[in-house]
Amino acid sequence: MQEVREMVCIVCPVGCHMKVTSNEGQVTKVEGNSCKRGIGYAEAECTHPTRTLTTTMRIKNGEVPMISVKTDEPVPKSLLMACMEAINKAKIQAPIHVGDKIIENILDTGSNIVATRNCERKA
Amino acid sequence: MEQRELVIIGGGPAGLAAAVEAYDQGIRDILIIERDSELGGILQQCIHNGFGLHIFGEELTGPEYAWRFIEEVKERGIDYKLNTMVLDISEKREVLAVNEEDGLLEIEAKALVLAMGCRERTRGALNIPGMRPAGIYTAGAAQRFVNMEGYLPGKKVVILGSGDIGLIMARRMTLEGAKVEMVCELLPYSGGLTRNIVQCLEDFDIPLKLEHTVTQIHGKDRLEGITIAQVDAHRKPIKSTECFVECDTLLLSVGLIPENELSREAGINMDHITSGPVVNESMETSIEGVFACGNVVHVHDLVDFVTDESRVAGRCAASYLRGKHSSEQEDPIVTKAGEGIRYVIPHHIRHQLLQKENKLFFRVLDIYSDVKLVVRCDDQILYSKKKRKLAPGEMESIPITDQMIVNMEGYSEVTVEIQQSGLGVRECKK
Repeated sequence: MQEVREMVCIVCPVGCHMKVTSNEGQVTKVEGNSCKRGIGYAEAECTHPTRTLTTTMRIKNGEVPMISVKTDEPVPKSLLMACMEAINKAKIQAPIHVGDKIIENILDTGSNIVATRNCERKA
Repeated sequence: MEQRELVIIGGGPAGLAAAVEAYDQGIRDILIIERDSELGGILQQCIHNGFGLHIFGEELTGPEYAWRFIEEVKERGIDYKLNTMVLDISEKREVLAVNEEDGLLEIEAKALVLAMGCRERTRGALNIPGMRPAGIYTAGAAQRFVNMEGYLPGKKVVILGSGDIGLIMARRMTLEGAKVEMVCELLPYSGGLTRNIVQCLEDFDIPLKLEHTVTQIHGKDRLEGITIAQVDAHRKPIKSTECFVECDTLLLSVGLIPENELSREAGINMDHITSGPVVNESMETSIEGVFACGNVVHVHDLVDFVTDESRVAGRCAASYLRGKHSSEQEDPIVTKAGEGIRYVIPHHIRHQLLQKENKLFFRVLDIYSDVKLVVRCDDQILYSKKKRKLAPGEMESIPITDQMIVNMEGYSEVTVEIQQSGLGVRECKK
């Protein structure tokens, strides 16, 4: 089945408005891009769009109530909300340091949830 | 009165970078004064990624970017005081501060770096009529509630203003389970980065209503809804387009203002366009030995540029302290915002004190495509580059090269301007 999607390329600040035609999930035509990188972006967006997820987690016994975390590799866009649910269910305790793995291989995506800030135990 | 070589006001990205740079240039007696309970400034609540591409060549989150500089400050053993509010600075560089532990602090500094950052415009600056119910926050305040304190300010949200903070908060509130009804933007274009429009709005099917504003607030104790309306070419609401939107929360992302109460009180010359101090190539203000950097000078969109600028301030503060930096020099070259340019930083340049890392930072007035960006002294072109696209939301910079420095000699003014190239079309308001 042929599908036409409009998208804005975000590879660089120019922000080309592109018309992307795909057939059975395969990109067949990209229009409106002004460089090659637009095609790569359009293909990734149509076949396997991914995003880095950043969020926070409540932490027990910490000097602060929340710590910030991220996926260390981008995860499929369609799994963002499911990842949020899994992250919100997890329980963590201070101390935590930048780069600590908090959840390994979240939802079998191959990506880990890692801490992006330090949190020592409450004095 | 306590004596210090260098006092830095503000422990955010600007203050941290200036402190580290001054230390590396040989200054040991440095004190950073920070009003929050930790270093890092606003980066600590900016948990999204995209920071550090220029400085570190990788995408970091705000807290990670802050952490790298906090580590550098700690490794060097640079002194800092947290939970400490500076109340006043004098033109003699006397700093009056207060905290719970020391009470009132009086410090005499040989040099000062102002790195107080900026704050958000609030509802009061917009004059939206209606009641004063709970549920109306600036986007940054909501960001702090969600990301630092762990509170969700509401469930059904409208965001006014499509700058980056507004867009980022639209995604953040959605991820945390709130329904973001729409983002309204007064202008015909968003002030935010394109990738934020895609990843924060389009990913979550949040409508962006351009040329729309909020005309009425409803609800007595808690916000119950707002009236929105389309605006005409003069940005005046069109009555017939008014409609009611039910919501319990309104987030305002309507601009940032450099926080310069201290600078004004000290009598520092201010630029009414940037709302920041007038600075020279060394990021020195009109008071000798008082430097300024980061969002207190002009609002940046990338922290990487704040770091660049603050390193210049830190380094120049160090050379000032070593006596290598005399204010008695030939007349400075004035930078001028020409056609299509809103402002240029620094405001003046002492030709012989220019350094390799010096850049001209500026913003354009409107959206332009296929134009030429030109730097010139009278008729002499120092720099010219074709630009596919220029937008007010994206700060531009031009490095000052050795050749430009040579060519500037003898001139009293250098102008940055936009020139329409042959086919250039100015994408003006519809």
